[in-house]
Amino acid sequence: MNVLPGFFFYLLSAIILGGAILTITRRNAVHSAIWLIVTLLGVAGIYLNQHAEFLAAVQVLVYIGGIMVLFLFVIMLVNLDEAAKQRQFNHQWTIAVGCALALMAELAYFIVKGRESFRFGDTGTGTLNPDAAVIEFLKSCRDIPGLGPGGFLQPNTELIACALYRDYLLPFEIASVLLLVAIVGAVVMAKKEI
Amino acid sequence: MPLPFIVITLIKAIVVLIVLMTVAAYLVWFERKIVARIQNRWGPTRVGPFGLLQPLADAIKLLTKEDFTPAGVFRVPYLLAPALSLTVALLAFAVIPFGPGFQIADLNIGLLFILAISSMGVYGIVLAGWASNSKYSLLGGLRSSAQMISYELAISLSVVGVLLLGGSLSLREIVSAQSGVWGLVPRWNVFPQLVGFFCFFIAAIAETNRLPFDLPEAETELVAGYHTEYSSMKFAMFFIAEYTNMVTASCMATILFFGGWHGPVPSFLPAPLQAVVPLFWFSLKVVLFLFVYVWIRGTLPRFRYDQLMSFGWKFLVPLALINLVVTSFVIALRA
Repeated sequence: MNVLPGFFFYLLSAIILGGAILTITRRNAVHSAIWLIVTLLGVAGIYLNQHAEFLAAVQVLVYIGGIMVLFLFVIMLVNLDEAAKQRQFNHQWTIAVGCALALMAELAYFIVKGRESFRFGDTGTGTLNPDAAVIEFLKSCRDIPGLGPGGFLQPNTELIACALYRDYLLPFEIASVLLLVAIVGAVVMAKKEI
Repeated sequence: MPLPFIVITLIKAIVVLIVLMTVAAYLVWFERKIVARIQNRWGPTRVGPFGLLQPLADAIKLLTKEDFTPAGVFRVPYLLAPALSLTVALLAFAVIPFGPGFQIADLNIGLLFILAISSMGVYGIVLAGWASNSKYSLLGGLRSSAQMISYELAISLSVVGVLLLGGSLSLREIVSAQSGVWGLVPRWNVFPQLVGFFCFFIAAIAETNRLPFDLPEAETELVAGYHTEYSSMKFAMFFIAEYTNMVTASCMATILFFGGWHGPVPSFLPAPLQAVVPLFWFSLKVVLFLFVYVWIRGTLPRFRYDQLMSFGWKFLVPLALINLVVTSFVIALRA
């Protein structure tokens, strides 16, 4: 049974990579969008495989249920017949290959260099095994309703809440103000008179 | 994963599926009868007593009709769209608790799961509209995507108040938190969250594309909207998906705001019958909500498209936000 998490990991990775390649090679923009949706679903599957259920649900809710619907909406509104006739790739293969190789070398270097720091939890057993630091962290969060003594079955929603609203409150608020600025900017640009 | 667990889950899923399909089929009959009564007609009377066999006749008709694929459609998305609609509609029932223990899977993020799944429901409609390669279908698909995104926001915001009261994302725990009474009234979320319930139910009607928000398939202007080019079983799949979504929305209203399987009065039945009491209350509430659905359909005229959008964004979303702020403020004060 221990083979299953690995199997799903590789299956989902294949779906993600295949979907990503199809996203950039399709001529029809709607097809590209559909493959991007498949890719994002694969990422949600990876989260689920790592027992990050909250993250998986939010991934589906925000990216697939929100952003990609808007993408499709715009693609369908805009007439893309002209774009489909254009040449799809330009002649900058050499530069692209160089960039890709440099990125690959960089990633490989970091993975080889830092392989000691990768820890693999017991995936697929249905429980997270938080280490001592995480348990301390959970205890330090004030009264978490779903967590009884030793109840570490579902800490991921609470953990994210603690991280976002306590430890990283300032960056979180800055990010939300940034988004607000973007929204106001979009409204100002779209409206002729306010 | 042990074998008995898989077998039991499979049996549960099959039972839920059979019951659900029956409910969806008879919901059509129920709707036709009640709308007929509202409009001073008889409704279906010919097939069986009170037209009770009408759903069977409809099913036979839809199954045996020619499965026609128009020329010029984008084949794969065209075939995929109805299946996607139905699959997504049925998936939501994996986490809905019908009674204590009567639940296929108790996810710790059950509520988010339902929101995520129902947010994917729009793809069936959008893809159907696009793949049909017809202007009516495309307009229907575009309308539905705009409508569903707008009203999803209101649904999510109105549900957060319930989350704050229940303290959990698990549907079973949300229902458990609503047991007991305050004096004479049961501890249902609808009493402290009346505004939230109002927003939720209106947005749920819009989310399921029902009158008065059925702009995606407004037959006076769009023929039949996104399913104009569909016939036979493929049309039936959209149809079943829509009615299944109605049942899901009613179940969610029951679970989140009306105490789920908890009855308003203590049970006095003998012990062997005690097990079915929660199921009875749950079904009764769901049927009541379905009746309200049909009632609204029979009473109200359809919105205009700009009215629909401005109602969603300028009234429902701000109202849900205010409700959220007030609720969290009160809870923070009492903590």
